[in-house]
Amino acid sequence: MPKVAAGEIRGFMRGGFGKFDEMFGEDGALTAAYADYNVWFEQQDPKLLQRKDAEAEQNFRRTGITFNVYGEDEAEERLIPFDMVPRIITAAEWRRLSRGIEQRVRALNAFLHDLYHRQEIVRAGRLPERVLRGNDAWLPNMVDFTPPGGVYTHVVGIDLVRTGPDEFFVLEDNARTPSGVSYMLENRETMMVMFPDLFTRMQVETVSDYPRRLARSLAACAPGGGSGRPVVAVLTPGIYNSAYFEHAFLADQMGAELVEGSDLRVVDGRVAMRTTAGYQPVDVIYRRVDDEFLDPLTFNPDSVLGVPGIMDVYRAGRVTIANAPGTGVADDKAVYSFMPEIVEFYTGEKPILPNVETWRCADKDSLAYVLDNLADLVVKEVHGSGGYGMLVGPTSTREQIAEFRKRLEAKPANYIAQPTLSLSTCPIFTKKGLAPRHVDLRPYVLVSPHGIDITPGGLTRVALTEGSLVVNSSQGGGTKDTWVLKE
Amino acid sequence: MLGRTANGLFWMFRYLERAENTARLIEAGLRMGLTRDVVTAEEEWRSVIATSGQRAAYEAKHGTYTGVQAWNFLLRDKANPNSVLAMFEMVRTNARLARNAISGEVWEAVNESWMALRDFLARPVSQQSVGEAVAMVRHAGTLAHGAMTGSMLRDASFHFARAGTHLERADSTARILDIKYYLLLPSLAYVGSSLDTSQWDTVLRSVSGDRAYRWINAGQIDARRIVEFLVLDDRFPRSLAFCHSALRENLAALARGHGSEGHAHALIRDAHSRLTALSVDDIFRGGLHEFLLRFMADNAAIAEAIAADYRFLG
Repeated sequence: MPKVAAGEIRGFMRGGFGKFDEMFGEDGALTAAYADYNVWFEQQDPKLLQRKDAEAEQNFRRTGITFNVYGEDEAEERLIPFDMVPRIITAAEWRRLSRGIEQRVRALNAFLHDLYHRQEIVRAGRLPERVLRGNDAWLPNMVDFTPPGGVYTHVVGIDLVRTGPDEFFVLEDNARTPSGVSYMLENRETMMVMFPDLFTRMQVETVSDYPRRLARSLAACAPGGGSGRPVVAVLTPGIYNSAYFEHAFLADQMGAELVEGSDLRVVDGRVAMRTTAGYQPVDVIYRRVDDEFLDPLTFNPDSVLGVPGIMDVYRAGRVTIANAPGTGVADDKAVYSFMPEIVEFYTGEKPILPNVETWRCADKDSLAYVLDNLADLVVKEVHGSGGYGMLVGPTSTREQIAEFRKRLEAKPANYIAQPTLSLSTCPIFTKKGLAPRHVDLRPYVLVSPHGIDITPGGLTRVALTEGSLVVNSSQGGGTKDTWVLKE
Repeated sequence: MLGRTANGLFWMFRYLERAENTARLIEAGLRMGLTRDVVTAEEEWRSVIATSGQRAAYEAKHGTYTGVQAWNFLLRDKANPNSVLAMFEMVRTNARLARNAISGEVWEAVNESWMALRDFLARPVSQQSVGEAVAMVRHAGTLAHGAMTGSMLRDASFHFARAGTHLERADSTARILDIKYYLLLPSLAYVGSSLDTSQWDTVLRSVSGDRAYRWINAGQIDARRIVEFLVLDDRFPRSLAFCHSALRENLAALARGHGSEGHAHALIRDAHSRLTALSVDDIFRGGLHEFLLRFMADNAAIAEAIAADYRFLG
């Protein structure tokens, strides 16, 4: 086979864009994580690998792992491209990451509780009150209310990026409704079908018990502490939602009902679902709809997705909503910029995982700096997500930058800016052999009164376009199976 | 199980059955078109379109009845809400809706069949390829039913799905028989006279019953035997008696699971007892057409009662 020699990769990288490759390091020498994989890879017939590549796509199509995209008239189902080179993380790397994630998630929950109660952090002068003003995700209904078990973020996705052997940063916290976990699971299934020999050769931490862990974690958050056998339901906006596949998949794997708003109703002070045998109470609702669609009586009166009166039942402590309404406050990027202070305030410890350096354009000095350096920075909307409404300075044209400058000057408080990090790359499989592409990582974290449970690995998103830093599936991103090696 | 999910399962299998039955109709029409003169063939396609219930939509588009127009209309025409393609899309949409009530095997069978059909029916279907299109639809049905039998827990999900199959199938056989009932009338005036056998062969073919009928009746084709076979023979899986007996069992299983019976149970019990008490002579005495109309009305009432009893919609 045309061996994809380390040297070739080095050449690619010198002319390329990455400083640190997770397989070939900084200088082309194999990293510890990929040592065993590389031995296997060099033994493979590239023709066979190409065939496997096509097989993988067929497998995803057959099982219907798609997301919906809306065009002019018809909804179209697309596949998120899958790359068959695994993202590999060593046990030692993962140990540190998981400690950092746990610390951060603990802080997030304490922070949310504080925000909706005494706001000690504001009183202590560690978080300016103005950061909370104008935050659309803030819910007055949650003030002075503690969700069952004291848990706000039942499921969290912490987006991480890497710049060097030991340098990981948190790029974003997803405390609201992190999606993508079905890809973590299906990517692994696909890899095990395609390359069973790899899994006998290398010891990889399992991810397939995530649905069981999720079911257990959610049940433990039921009103009354989850004694008996709490009824859990997954609330979806319906089959036209872009993540419907995931909602159905998780419900199926958990053995939970997949409900829509129209299946639920408040009956005798409980939230109940319409079964073929009548209305049956539900204890925990894992909702995949946004806050404003939860309860038309409280929020959006035009919403047909929600359940009239559910917030009253919730406030009476008779149902658990996961994640708790109002947790989106923490996803705000202005809040993000204070996460180091937040972690320290609630845990009394230095953050294990650092933030990416962030300039808040609400500050005059920062704004001046950002305006002077637009071509080198990434500028994001504080409430934005999905890679939209942002400027990636180094890959933008002069016109795009000038246009963005106007928007920034008009509403500076709406933006934060970050340096363009030299993100790590990870090889992907191409017809010409391995080629480096930028990646990020979203581990999934479950929170219950019993503790914080992190599934080893997560979802690796990869920017398939050469040189691109945008990994979002809506903009040409793909995914990889993520391996945490056993000790 | 959710009422909405039960509804999804029930309709998933009704649509699957409809798509399969349309394919059988086309098959029978093709056969007729090959063996008969042009006028008879045109008449046959007219009756195939009428059986599918889309005569108005067809005639709004075409002034004549030809095979190639008819099968393209039935298989893939956007103007036909009951096209095989449209129905298969409904099968898949309902499967997605009821995704966590069906096994992965059933879902994959349906999803794969849908992908293949969608690609195959993206272009007009020629004389050379119509046989393959029809075979694909039947194959899709066989796969889905096989996956059901081999991989589904025999719980409420299974019985809602099967109830949809049996209800739709009974309806389809009754409709096919009703469209052709007038062919039987002349024969009744002359006891023992032979029928237009090729016409009846077509009817039997469109319910995939030609072979079974021949085995039972040693090649004798007459009105009494045909009606007995399609209506009363509970060994034939597309007869009215078989479908109602199976539907009754599905509903009984649902009642056991739910701990109580609903209105649908009373209706099917009544309809089924009436059916099994009848002889062919009774049916002809009361009028075959009248009998079939009553049967189809009963069927519709049972479907409505199932939806209400099991809270399909609210």
